[in-house]
Amino acid sequence: MAQVSLNNIRKVYPNGVEAVTPSSFHIQDGEFVVLVGPSGCGKSTLLRMIAGLEDITDGTLKIGEREVNDTDPAHRDIAMVFQNYALYPHMTVRKNIAYGLKNRKTPADEIARKVAEASALLNLDEYLDRKPSQLSGGQRQRVAMGRAIVRDPALFLFDEPLSNLDAKLRNQMRIEIKALQRRLGVTSIYVTHDQVEAMTMADRIIVMNAGKIEQIGTPEEVYHRPASTFVASFMGAPPMNLLSAQARDGSVHYGDTVVTGCNGTEGQVTLGIRPEDILPDDNGPLAIHVDIIEELGAHRLLHGSIGDDRLTMHVGKDTPVSTGPVSVSVKPGAASLFHHQTGQRL
Amino acid sequence: MSDTTPAALAPAATAGTRKRRRIRASDIFDHAVLIAGSALMLIPLLMVFQMATVPDVEVIKTGPTFTIGDQLDDNFNKAMFQASGFSGENTGSRMLLNSFILGIGFAVGKIVIGMMAAYAIVYFRLRFATLAFWVIFTTLLLPLEVRILPSYEVVQKLGMLNTYQGLIIPLIASATATFFFRQYFRSIPEELVEAARIDGAGPVKFFIDILVPLSRTMIAAMFIIMFVYGWNQYLWPTMITTEEDMFTLVRGIKQITQVMEGNRIPEYGRANLLAIIAIIPPVFVVIFFQSWFVKGLMESDK
Ligand SMILES: Nc1ncnc2c1ncn2[C@@H]1O[C@H](COP(=O)(O)OP(=O)(O)OP(=O)(O)O)[C@@H](O)[C@H]1O
Ligand SMILES: [Mg+2]
Repeated sequence: MAQVSLNNIRKVYPNGVEAVTPSSFHIQDGEFVVLVGPSGCGKSTLLRMIAGLEDITDGTLKIGEREVNDTDPAHRDIAMVFQNYALYPHMTVRKNIAYGLKNRKTPADEIARKVAEASALLNLDEYLDRKPSQLSGGQRQRVAMGRAIVRDPALFLFDEPLSNLDAKLRNQMRIEIKALQRRLGVTSIYVTHDQVEAMTMADRIIVMNAGKIEQIGTPEEVYHRPASTFVASFMGAPPMNLLSAQARDGSVHYGDTVVTGCNGTEGQVTLGIRPEDILPDDNGPLAIHVDIIEELGAHRLLHGSIGDDRLTMHVGKDTPVSTGPVSVSVKPGAASLFHHQTGQRL
Repeated sequence: MSDTTPAALAPAATAGTRKRRRIRASDIFDHAVLIAGSALMLIPLLMVFQMATVPDVEVIKTGPTFTIGDQLDDNFNKAMFQASGFSGENTGSRMLLNSFILGIGFAVGKIVIGMMAAYAIVYFRLRFATLAFWVIFTTLLLPLEVRILPSYEVVQKLGMLNTYQGLIIPLIASATATFFFRQYFRSIPEELVEAARIDGAGPVKFFIDILVPLSRTMIAAMFIIMFVYGWNQYLWPTMITTEEDMFTLVRGIKQITQVMEGNRIPEYGRANLLAIIAIIPPVFVVIFFQSWFVKGLMESDK
């Protein structure tokens, strides 16, 4: 168990691509941090630098009290779970789990004990003598987890470990991994491009875009107070509605309607409203023309237009809906304001 | 797997109700081609076998016939245990042993060298790895037959004439195995290498614990090809071995039919039987490793 701190870590690949711009953050002991961002934003690169699989171009990386920039992956006291599991195909599950211990010259009886513990924890007992090819995706995933936990590392690294599983199994494994991490209390960094995974698993989320950290915060912060329009539209499904509005005299106007208050801002702004913060309200100030209704069982999504902008709203299953004009209001205090050019939160 | 079962059962069920399947013209044609092909392969072999069972005189007089003679035992004894030539060293069993040493030594040597070279090229950040690979690769254009005179001179200067090293090592020097292993190693997922690194496997451990077992199907395939290739070598052993106790089978058989002392008839029966004996080991290697090869292919999914 350890803290991890990155100080201006940067990565330039030999072909000149700057995959990660100088980034700094600090991870607490036992914290579960999720790195999230669109494909190609440098999440894996950052994780692989922490693992020692990629050289760090600039900056310093500390795991625990130790600077590990030039330490071999084997000696960083980490374990990693890969997207395709990377199990050794010719070894049985037992040997797969034990391999790291064996290489560290752990006594045989201790290996046996640790493998038994891990397999009990992960319900792998009946598969110990099978080869990986004789397991289902979820079971392979658990073997990969087992291989990581037997070593009692200071840090777990996960690179999209669930993206090869079907949706249902993914939900289940998500909970299992989270529970396991809680139980073992091992500091973890988890890479995903799935914002639902990020929201549900993380103690803190790091949102990345194009090699840059956009925001670091708890899931609530990232969701309710996005630091930029990028975060606002990346996190949440459907994403936050972004409308261009005018700020004057201490309030934000959309067209002629006052939507919310603001202080200290004047001129053009980007107004961000979560779909669930738009409430049907017969006396509401805004009029939306709904043209598509998405039925999702527990709730519905209404897609419509307001002026020249598209808008999505989220209503409970008991709210009567129909296409056509709907009057709505915005939940007080729920709107976010962003700079209309830089996209930064105001 | 399970979803294919109903589909697989269906045709069987309909065939069962109709009892007899209609024989289609294309089936007949397919089988005719196959039978013709195997006959083409087998008939010369059977002729050789027949001629190994009759007295040598009869071979000269009548050539191949349909009668099996009674000389098989006799010829077998002569073929395996009686020496021809001057020193009395080149019995069939001795030549068989030499052939085995050549075949196995060549195959094993080639696989070991090829794997190690490919390992270095694929997994280590060598400055000129690609260049090194292409240099090795171009040796494919220079088989031993092309460079036979310089090779002979080198071997002779090193004093390796009439030795197993001299027989085997110059043959090993070619790129085929390196090439195939390189292609194979490149198909092994990068993550496996990284997982092993994190698991604390150094370069040697990774090679022995992961790469070699993963490559076993490839090794089996290489072994089949290389053993047969080494076993069938003729030109190089002929040049490099002058002492009769170093003769290989393929080279030695010719010697037997050549020996003409006075007006004796060449020992056709003995030579023919040796030819058949010479075929058996490669056939067994192919049969044995092929099943292993197929099993390996089905079990592992990189
Ligand atoms: N070995 C490499 N050499 C050069 N450029 C690379 C290399 N690996 C990745 N890149 C580039 O670095 C950038 C970040 O890649 P990275 O793999 O970290 O993305 P990612 O966020 O993990 O994406 P994904 O979600 O698709 O896995 C990409 O633009 C990619 O093209
Ligand atoms: Mg990635």
